Amino acid sequence: MTLALRLAPYRGVLRARWRETLQYRLAALAGFGTQCYWGLLRLMILAAFYQSGPADATDFSFAHAVPYVWLGQALLSLFPFRLDADLADSVRTGSVASELLRPIDLYSYWFWRMAAWRLAQAAPRCLLMVVVAAVILPLVGLDEWALTGPAGGAAAGMYLLATALALLLGVAVTAVLISLMFWTVSSEGARYILPAIVWFGGGLVIPLPLLPDGLAAVLGYLPFAGLMDIPFRIYVGHLAGAEALARLALQVGWLVLLVLLGRLLLARGLRRVVILGG
Amino acid sequence: MAASRGTLRTVPMASGAVWLYLRFAATHFRAQMQYPGALALQIIGSALFTAIEFAGVWALLNRFGNVRGWELAEVAVLYGLVMVGFSAAEATGRGFDTFHRQVRGGGFDRVLLRPRHTVLQVAGADFAFHRAGRWLHGAAILVWGLCNAGIAWNPARVILLAETIAGVTVLFLGVFVAVAAVTFWTVQSLELFAIVSNGSVDAGSYPATVYRRFMRHFLFYLVPIGTVTYFPVAALLGRPDPLGTPPWFGWIAPAAAPLFLAAALLLWRLGTRHYSSTGS
Repeated sequence: MTLALRLAPYRGVLRARWRETLQYRLAALAGFGTQCYWGLLRLMILAAFYQSGPADATDFSFAHAVPYVWLGQALLSLFPFRLDADLADSVRTGSVASELLRPIDLYSYWFWRMAAWRLAQAAPRCLLMVVVAAVILPLVGLDEWALTGPAGGAAAGMYLLATALALLLGVAVTAVLISLMFWTVSSEGARYILPAIVWFGGGLVIPLPLLPDGLAAVLGYLPFAGLMDIPFRIYVGHLAGAEALARLALQVGWLVLLVLLGRLLLARGLRRVVILGG
Repeated sequence: MAASRGTLRTVPMASGAVWLYLRFAATHFRAQMQYPGALALQIIGSALFTAIEFAGVWALLNRFGNVRGWELAEVAVLYGLVMVGFSAAEATGRGFDTFHRQVRGGGFDRVLLRPRHTVLQVAGADFAFHRAGRWLHGAAILVWGLCNAGIAWNPARVILLAETIAGVTVLFLGVFVAVAAVTFWTVQSLELFAIVSNGSVDAGSYPATVYRRFMRHFLFYLVPIGTVTYFPVAALLGRPDPLGTPPWFGWIAPAAAPLFLAAALLLWRLGTRHYSSTGS
């Protein structure tokens, strides 16, 4: 079998999920409006802090913070705030058994399905957000809050790579958590605790460089920084050169580790699972 | 239920409504206590969410020292107030929060058939007791802020505090009712509504002087979360308002909350008249 033929089912899954998600256009538009509001609110709050505090409070300037906040809003749905409901249900109800009948690798199937779902959710919003934040905001006189371009060609290239890694990393985190459901059955725990950790550890509550230095350093090495903070800081040029490359390597390292862990848990979980008939 | 129906008829309507509401609450409490593990996890999860939000507030103030002259303890008063009011309204107004499911699924048809006010029935349809985690966390932050903000306490300020807590809670109840009422027209719940509910939580956690004029107008006049938090808290802290309102305005500002709730209930009434079942 040629490689193209072997990949065909995964590509099919990707395409089907993409089409399914694009069906809910009104909901997507409403979500977009919400995210614009949130971005503006966050920026207004941050701007007030920058204006109130001493000038040397941080090396992460307001000009760094603006694209950081907008990118966070634009790419929000790329990140693992919740478990993919269909997959979580398939483990809880045991319908995962029927997936096992298919002649494909279950982990890859899950992985690409989730990746496609998140990409389909994020892509239209991201495009619209760029239009609003980079084009419309300056037109209505809010220049200082407008999304600016990346900090150079190298930054742009590394940013794209880091974002792709962030998407895969997010999917790998979710795959681990869903595999754990073979033991826990309920996804309640993950549902309540995961978003809080991702929001804070990824830098969505406030950009990680604005946290106290020690805390920021520790969080910088956790996988959650690889979900948002690393790509965004590369984009604004707060991470550059060798340091940026080291952070990319960190993302790859976490990705490999989490994929291996997810595969291991899934294999173990499938071995112990007992499907009730019916 | 059959046994209690007789007693219901004999009590006057108003106290009957209160009694019924409490009975709804007790039933839901018993039901949710059936899964103590899940409830505990939800309580922790809801507290964790406010904890990380407040960690963000703390980190920013730690780095920048103040925001428009407000320091950590003073912002903590605002933040605690909003959390206490929001979680109390969330716990008791949960039925409105999930009301879009009743509209979409046609469950509201049954509500209309029953001889009780729709507001009472929808309010009693669900309770979120796990918000207790968020409430307790908010209360702790509020108390810490009140103790450390250097407030010159006097009887008038104690009354002001009570007024403010009540005002914020009533305002968020109004927000939930208003959002639920809009679903009579939109049928589905739009993510956009999060702007007025969760958005108000975020916006109310900082002094209104942080925002630009257009945003302040939204927060003062449209969904008056700014009105019921900023002015009373500024008066409580004895801060002059750079926006130019007199100090006594803080004492009457919480009145915006019942006005907003009244408007929301009016919208609800219009909505119930407009309602046509989805038929599903």
